[in-house]
Amino acid sequence: MGMTIGEKIIARAAGVEEVKPNDIHTITLDRMMSNDGTTHLTVDMFNNDLKNPHIADPDKVVFIMDHNVPSNSPKTAEAHKKMRNFAREQGIRLYEGQGVCHQIMMEDYVCPGEMIFGADSHTTSYGALGAFGTGVGCTDFLYAMTTGTSWVMVPETIRFNLHGKLREGVFPRDLILTIIGDIGANGATYKIMEFGGDGAHALSVNDRMVLCNLTVEAGAKAGIVEPDEKVVEYCKEHGREAVHMFRSDEDAHFAAVYEYDLDQIEPVVVRPDFVDNFATLKEVEPEKIAIDQAFVGSCNNGRVEDLRAAADVVRGKKISPKVRFLVAPASQAVYIEALKEGIITDLMEAGAMIMNANCSVCWGSCQGVIGENEVLISTGTRNFKGRSGAPSSKVYLASAATCAASALAGYITGADSVK
Amino acid sequence: MSESKVWKFHNDVDTDQIIGSQYLLLPNVEEMKQYTFESLDPGFAAKAQPGDIIVAAENFGCGSSREQAPSVLKALGIKAVIAKSFARIFYRNSINIGLPVIVCKDLYEHVEDGAIADLDLSAGTVSVDGQEFSCTKLPEYMQKILNAGGLIASLNKEV
Repeated sequence: MGMTIGEKIIARAAGVEEVKPNDIHTITLDRMMSNDGTTHLTVDMFNNDLKNPHIADPDKVVFIMDHNVPSNSPKTAEAHKKMRNFAREQGIRLYEGQGVCHQIMMEDYVCPGEMIFGADSHTTSYGALGAFGTGVGCTDFLYAMTTGTSWVMVPETIRFNLHGKLREGVFPRDLILTIIGDIGANGATYKIMEFGGDGAHALSVNDRMVLCNLTVEAGAKAGIVEPDEKVVEYCKEHGREAVHMFRSDEDAHFAAVYEYDLDQIEPVVVRPDFVDNFATLKEVEPEKIAIDQAFVGSCNNGRVEDLRAAADVVRGKKISPKVRFLVAPASQAVYIEALKEGIITDLMEAGAMIMNANCSVCWGSCQGVIGENEVLISTGTRNFKGRSGAPSSKVYLASAATCAASALAGYITGADSVK
Repeated sequence: MSESKVWKFHNDVDTDQIIGSQYLLLPNVEEMKQYTFESLDPGFAAKAQPGDIIVAAENFGCGSSREQAPSVLKALGIKAVIAKSFARIFYRNSINIGLPVIVCKDLYEHVEDGAIADLDLSAGTVSVDGQEFSCTKLPEYMQKILNAGGLIASLNKEV
């Protein structure tokens, strides 16, 4: 029986020839990442609960501060101090203020075929480079960091064949929000979402990251795009070599196969409070839903393509006086690129506030937190009740272009309506 | 068997509802637990008693990988979460910290919020008003972790 990409990665990590769904294997991890959302608790457990506290291989561990950076309170500062000191003591590479963890992992570490644990659900992003990235809690992370290993139950794989190209003004974010709308927020629970077909190969690695990042919102354990020469090129540009380029076998078993014609995808606006509360922009636009804030950023949509799409919409115009427009580049590298290209100037001249590279508004704790009954349109990862602030506030999800257009209009609308 | 009060929740209860982002960087779970389910039921932490159980519909615990979500439930003394289905990271985190998570397809429709249920963890059954429901068994590997008191307890046994 043939294997899927995810099955091949697990087999490699387990050191076995073949795996099949529902088998449980002990795996050796290639890499582990933890951020400031949970690391202080992991450090406490390391110090207080382990009989034999040690780290199997500090070189495989990366700590990234991105959720509440810079610190917003004395308690956060203490949590950060704990993380920082532990990293220094243990010889773990620490990033602080360099950007959102997944963007940094993609820029500096991820290689195809690797098995990676991240103490963050959106670790699924690494499938953009053909790796198996999956989110874990801090106990799992601690076990992995201590032993260098973990256990995994082999998930089934769902295959998505993408055909053709997205139309102008339609983005990978619209595509993945459409897919989640179709299969539902538990449509891929404990499954791998594998993407292939000419439409997938036409997407850049950054675009593929948008897809893989949000697969967890359908419940997936991992999201993986078939790696190709673009992956090799990305790795080379970032000083790495692509070695384990796995593809699914002809006779691999898929739990389901979906076909998507990309030119049929339309701009999407997901309504509160569930990621699968799908609507098209066309359906939502006539309602002229007033907004208080718009956000472009996050591990899903804070790369230079997204900032550029927002800048293209607002260039030479002014945002509505009723709206705060916040933009957070996903990393310092993205920020610098956007500065050089003049994108940051365009956004600022239109009235946007540019934040440091961090999780920002998406996670509703550090900056740009919204108040009771306020409405946000966001390129963030989630729109759960109170996700970005008060429980009565509302979060709509859309592409960077739609968020920017809405910032100009003061209500939810598309780029075509503000030209 | 022991009697437990039921707290009933709907489909797709996400980790942000269980414990909001703004509390995750508090120093420890003891300080966080008072904010459990704050956006759904602000008085929950004060009302919940050790031994109570949570009953939910599909996809309980969807969203983030924050282990603080099962941890605050355990810290409040919640005996188990029984749902039609769970999101995978929450499910795994719960087993890792020793919080029983039980899949039971039929219970949800037959129990009211505030009802008294008898949960027998070792038999894998739950009874309400004299009606007994059987629960899906955990794979042996996971049951062993749970029996050991969680993943760290089982790791400490190995070394």
